[in-house]
Amino acid sequence: MSFTWAKPYEPKTGVGKWFDERLPVPRLVWNSLGGGYEVPKNINYFWNFGVLAGVALVIQIATGIVLAMHYAAHTDVAFASVEHIMRDVNWGWLLRYMHANGASFFFIVVYIHIARGLWYGSYKAPRELVWMLGLVIFLLMMATAFMGYVLPWGQMSFWGATVITNLFSAIPVVGDTIVTFLLGGFAVDNATLNRFFSLHFLLPFVIAGVTILKIWSLHIPGSNNPTGVEVKGPADTIPFHPYFTAKDTFGLGVFLIILAIFIFFMPNALGHPDNYIEANALSTPAHIVPEWYFWPFYAILRAFTVDFILPAKLWGVIAMFASILLMFFLPWLDRSPVKSMKYRPTMKLWTLVLLVDVLVLAWCGGAPAEEPYVRISQIASIYYFAHFLIILPIVSKSETPLPLPNSIAEAVLKGKESTGAPAGIKDTGTAAAPQPAE
Amino acid sequence: MVRIVGILAGAVFVFVLVLAALAPREDVPVDPTEEFHAHAHAPEGGWSWDGPLGLGVFGGYDNQQLQRGFKVFREVCSACHSLRYVSFRNLEGIGFSEAEVKVIAEEWPLEVAATNPDTGEATTEPAIPADRFPLVYPNEIAARAANNNAAPPDLSLMAKARADGANYIYSLMSGYQPVPADFPEDRVQESLHYNPYFHSLWIAMPPQLSDGLVTYDDGTEATTEQMAADVAAFLHWTAEPKMVERKTAGIGVLIFLLLFTSLSYVAYKRVWADVKASKVGGPGTRGGRADKGIHADAPGEGDHEA
Amino acid sequence: MATADNAMDRPATHAEDGVRRRDFIYIATAAFGGIGAAAAIWPFLDQMNPSADVLALASVEVDLAPIAEGQGIKVNWRGKPVFIRHMRAAEVQEAQQADVSSLRDPQSFDDRTQEGHRQWLIQIGVCTHLGCIPMGIADGEPRGDYNGYFCPCHGSHYDNAGRIRKGPAPTNLEIPAYEFLSDTSVRIG
Repeated sequence: MSFTWAKPYEPKTGVGKWFDERLPVPRLVWNSLGGGYEVPKNINYFWNFGVLAGVALVIQIATGIVLAMHYAAHTDVAFASVEHIMRDVNWGWLLRYMHANGASFFFIVVYIHIARGLWYGSYKAPRELVWMLGLVIFLLMMATAFMGYVLPWGQMSFWGATVITNLFSAIPVVGDTIVTFLLGGFAVDNATLNRFFSLHFLLPFVIAGVTILKIWSLHIPGSNNPTGVEVKGPADTIPFHPYFTAKDTFGLGVFLIILAIFIFFMPNALGHPDNYIEANALSTPAHIVPEWYFWPFYAILRAFTVDFILPAKLWGVIAMFASILLMFFLPWLDRSPVKSMKYRPTMKLWTLVLLVDVLVLAWCGGAPAEEPYVRISQIASIYYFAHFLIILPIVSKSETPLPLPNSIAEAVLKGKESTGAPAGIKDTGTAAAPQPAE
Repeated sequence: MVRIVGILAGAVFVFVLVLAALAPREDVPVDPTEEFHAHAHAPEGGWSWDGPLGLGVFGGYDNQQLQRGFKVFREVCSACHSLRYVSFRNLEGIGFSEAEVKVIAEEWPLEVAATNPDTGEATTEPAIPADRFPLVYPNEIAARAANNNAAPPDLSLMAKARADGANYIYSLMSGYQPVPADFPEDRVQESLHYNPYFHSLWIAMPPQLSDGLVTYDDGTEATTEQMAADVAAFLHWTAEPKMVERKTAGIGVLIFLLLFTSLSYVAYKRVWADVKASKVGGPGTRGGRADKGIHADAPGEGDHEA
Repeated sequence: MATADNAMDRPATHAEDGVRRRDFIYIATAAFGGIGAAAAIWPFLDQMNPSADVLALASVEVDLAPIAEGQGIKVNWRGKPVFIRHMRAAEVQEAQQADVSSLRDPQSFDDRTQEGHRQWLIQIGVCTHLGCIPMGIADGEPRGDYNGYFCPCHGSHYDNAGRIRKGPAPTNLEIPAYEFLSDTSVRIG
């Protein structure tokens, strides 16, 4: 894989050579994260988020494994065992706050990563599978996060589990049977908690496995870049190490600083007070909301308030799942040969609207189900579906893209010289995505 | 094909959503008690853990205050409210000595469950420091039965289980007041007590604090506000006993990360310096590669250390 | 940032100097990263140590009055059995007369009991070989070749003062820290 001009792995020591001949792991690392992986030289800070997502996964798995040494998955003691971690276990408060805030930051990183993919057309040929494997990871993450949130057995855990599993009751005929099957009972109870714990422990390793497939598939065509123009020759790329190891280290530092501010100084800011009340099957909190990273989808779920052939509840469930699943078809819904929004003047505007739209959906999803939020969420949902399913297929066919640079190297040079230079390649993309090379 | 199906599916979703958006809304009756709700606020002078500028970065607990708050809890709250996640030994964290804690545990009005070693029957015995604060009621049914169907909640986590926790506890405890004259008559709940800080305005717990109710050992005047603030601070500690440890560790971690990130930024810029230099060279020059000879593998050196 | 870059873009004559300064930055960054990673590992390890509630339950009080002469009991202390035996005067005498210097782990009986309470032998009932619980404390259990305690797992024989006499165990049965609160009450731990 990689490009013909990539520097092949050369063991520096006798031991390295001996090892490499028998088990070429050093070679694998060199080719995927070392000097053997050639990367477009113009990628910007948005390309840091893939590595950051990997780091976030590692943090979650590491803290999760040690938390599991103290947590007890039984409805009688689950809540108390979390308090035991917080009060008595050495550094338990730190490990738990890392895990809880780490989950939020994992999602922040992944959302930015997805937005970057949308903006620069990373989902397009030849990277469709990279995109789709990413979506699989995203779905697994959502399942993992949802089940993890149930484990502390607070009020939000319990009622979140109740509401989300009840979504499946919208399925005609077999809905209730499926819910009972998922719960292992007629309500969320000990059986549910135990299976959620088991799956919550398992899925991160599945995510790690899919991540390896994703990186593998990414390294066939190599990374996309802000121009969306494929690599043409050696002038377009530089080795991952040391150039991007250095840049990713810096990005990691910034990420850890922001994460640390949350963990140490506002550890409960992203949580909900009700989850510090032990689960009570006989009393629902006044205002239940999922964790913030589910808000956009929760808003779509609640936007369907009218029965039309199918009951409103079923529409909501279908739409919520559709809102994620439709992204699997993105590579074919978008027919434009141009990848980067930098060179797509019309689609760029629509995509900006979409990003704002998702934020509006998130805001509505976190708000109570009352006016004006419901109507706003309905309008925002209309745009969400219209964007992907109607606007994108049509506009991508009709718009006239701006002229593309012949190569990445040319784009980099022009970008440098174009200050005040006449049109040709508009420099508008730079504002949205500052390039490190500048 | 994908696009045709997509556009059709999109049209269906949009159509159903347009129906929903256009559907008339039922009038939501205006809540006539809306205006009577009050926002929780901090006591005068704020909290010890607010720290400079109220950023919450510095600022720990004031053990004097926590001990006063504990006294209020012991003499007032503990008659009905439990503290099930806190152990007597934890009191050493607010400045009580080991011996004092032992006495507090032993003299606590409630005993802990035990087994009679001779008969095997359930019994109780005085608490030891390792025990948690004994429950006031064995279960929720008993709590309801004894309190007119309103179970007093456990207070261990109250400061984290309510939005704006410590402010809320302080405001609630010091916020009882007579029902305003213009309060809608039909919303008055005779069996409950008016408190503008409670989510429904009507709380089952009667006012507990009154000036001079407890006698503070440190001579602080026991006004209602003072006691409310002290007990709120105490409950903030019971909910987040590791706060001081957390902040101290946090400051260390942040200083370290800032240094590390600055260093890594400089390293990043230096690694990239030759790429940028080569850009002036014109198309076709391979950044990095072209300079390698001159810079004697500077990036390669990084190889071993990274 | 441009200034910093320009500083680096010197002609080749200064290249040597530049390389040295770069090396320093790379080494410093890597060293910092290494130190940070090492420090971050500590909470992940320390969480395995006993938690505060476990440490708090470190002592138990035992009433000795019901234990008749010649009898022994097991009590649970920190999750391990503690053997408390009320020894007969003859047994005490026998234990005191043993030739200490010939023992694998030389220790006199007086070192293993407390002044004024010689009849009370209090020891942790865990074989010092691999952690099994020796027999001999309860009535009717085999007491081994030395009329003391016998660990069936690998055949360690202890004498009636809990000193290792035969078998693989390297040391005598451990004596916990304890304190007599009165003649009939002891606090272990």
